Amino acid sequence: MLYALKISWRYLTASKAQTALLIFGVAIGVFIFIFMSALIGGLAELILSRTAGDMAHITIQAEAVDPVQLLPGTPLLVQQKSSKAAITLPTAASFVPLIEALPGVTAVSDEINGSGVLTRGSQVTQVSINGLEPGKESAITRLDTYITEGTARLGAGGVLIGQRLASDTNLLLGQSVRLKSSNGIEAVLTVTGIYKIGQGGMDRRTAYVSLSTARTLFAMPQGVTRIEIKLANLYDADTIAPKIRAMTGLDAVSWTVDGAQLLQALSAQAQTGLFLKSFALLTIVIGVASALLLSTYRRRPEIGIMRAMGASQGFVVAVFVMQGALVGLMGGTVGAIIGYLALLPFPGPSHFTSGVLPMDINQGSYGLAILLTFIGAILASIWPARSAARVDPVEAIGQ
Amino acid sequence: MSALVEVTDLVKTFGTGEAATRVLRGLNLTLQPGELAALLGPSGSGKSTLLTILGTLMQPTSGGHQMLGVDLTSASDHECTQFRNLHIGFVFQFHNLLPDFTALENVMFPNAIREGRETAEARMRGADLLTRMGLADRITFPTSHLSGGQKQRVAVARALMNKPELVLADEPTGNLDRASALQVMDLIGQINRDEGTTFLISTHDEKIASLCRRQIMVADGQVTG
Repeated sequence: MLYALKISWRYLTASKAQTALLIFGVAIGVFIFIFMSALIGGLAELILSRTAGDMAHITIQAEAVDPVQLLPGTPLLVQQKSSKAAITLPTAASFVPLIEALPGVTAVSDEINGSGVLTRGSQVTQVSINGLEPGKESAITRLDTYITEGTARLGAGGVLIGQRLASDTNLLLGQSVRLKSSNGIEAVLTVTGIYKIGQGGMDRRTAYVSLSTARTLFAMPQGVTRIEIKLANLYDADTIAPKIRAMTGLDAVSWTVDGAQLLQALSAQAQTGLFLKSFALLTIVIGVASALLLSTYRRRPEIGIMRAMGASQGFVVAVFVMQGALVGLMGGTVGAIIGYLALLPFPGPSHFTSGVLPMDINQGSYGLAILLTFIGAILASIWPARSAARVDPVEAIGQ
Repeated sequence: MSALVEVTDLVKTFGTGEAATRVLRGLNLTLQPGELAALLGPSGSGKSTLLTILGTLMQPTSGGHQMLGVDLTSASDHECTQFRNLHIGFVFQFHNLLPDFTALENVMFPNAIREGRETAEARMRGADLLTRMGLADRITFPTSHLSGGQKQRVAVARALMNKPELVLADEPTGNLDRASALQVMDLIGQINRDEGTTFLISTHDEKIASLCRRQIMVADGQVTG
């Protein structure tokens, strides 16, 4: 085997220009593979960070309980479902430390959510009110990264509003505003921060207040309306949500239940990438196979001499398969280096700006690219090698 | 003394049906160890076909072929390959060296095939053989830098590398000038005398044939004298 490797290497170095061209061709295929891996991976990361990255991966929300329709003792009296009655998780707070201790959970935020109106002078705007525990303002939505003025920190009497809402109502940082909940309770709050998430609904229709302010606004001295959970890997949501359900008895729902379309889009994107990468690999395999087939044809007399000198068919196969393996290894390595260097100037999805490809240098699949190219080149060389081994030495030598 | 090579009623037919060509027609031949024999005959007489069969590169259509007591007509391709590597050396008309290798690497090739690597012993024997061929200063030369006569001497050294009992040479001097041809034949004679290696040399050249101790005439696929 060692001797077959020596001959393979000698054949490759004997035609330096041809070998360099072959390795360059393989390297280009590997470069495309790595480029596509980094692009598809980066794009997926970008989409996820812009969507699922700012949302809860698991949500616990109290189920609405329908009121008793026929009140006891009053046979014809029915109770109407109240829109003001907040649906609460009265015991939820006791579960928070347990959920936080679960492996894979990175943040847990207990919240009070509801609707209300924001009044500034004569301007009245309907808003969604989110009551967050101070210190956990950025646990789910990374408010601290979106703050354009003021601070994300929520204190008593403070409110965070979106840039569009501030603009629509001519509100400035430090100014007062009136917030009235759907329960009819009103509070005068100071704008302590203005954020810009980049989503119209969030920037125009959401106001963040502290959990204590929300308790006052929604007359909810205890409990919360919702617990939001963030995971280290959002794809673990489907396995962790049932654990939380089993542990707490609460209705923990994975983001994938409502995010099926997003998942489908990501899956379709990943499949497209897989196809493109497969084509790149196929190109490598065809390129190596055709180059080696040409090489075996050119070296038919030499193969005949080797066979006449006592080289077995297995030896001849080994010479050409090793040639393919060396081309695959060198082409793969060169391609991986070129791919890495080509990706270096890209800022990566976390620093994505408009007009720049969201390439993720960490998702280049360099090792996989080299391994698949190595295996592909070996497979590609088997056919030419077997064809070489079948050469009739008498015919090849011209006797 | 038992024969080194013995072929009996050797028949080789190429093609089938009306296109069939019978090249060997019941040929009988015995070679004793240490012989230096010339194979003479006109073109198409079957000399090359006989050498090819004796070299186990081709199987006869019928007849017997034994060497060192081994029946080679029933041997598999793998067995023939191994037998060839151990016991038979070849010298071709056009040297047929590996062009991307040095003179020494070419000479060591049959041994490296057997050992799986180029051993130090093989390197020493290869260098010694090349020195005996008068190529001591050409050992590390790529074969493309050698003259025709030098290449043929490298080919003779290669044929002797594994100390084979039989060396088959098909027109080894056919492509050389007279001086180079005589030089090659002189070396073959020396090896034959010193190591007792049997040589069977196919040639058209009666001068070359006369340098051998035995002349075997082949005509119409049979030994005629």
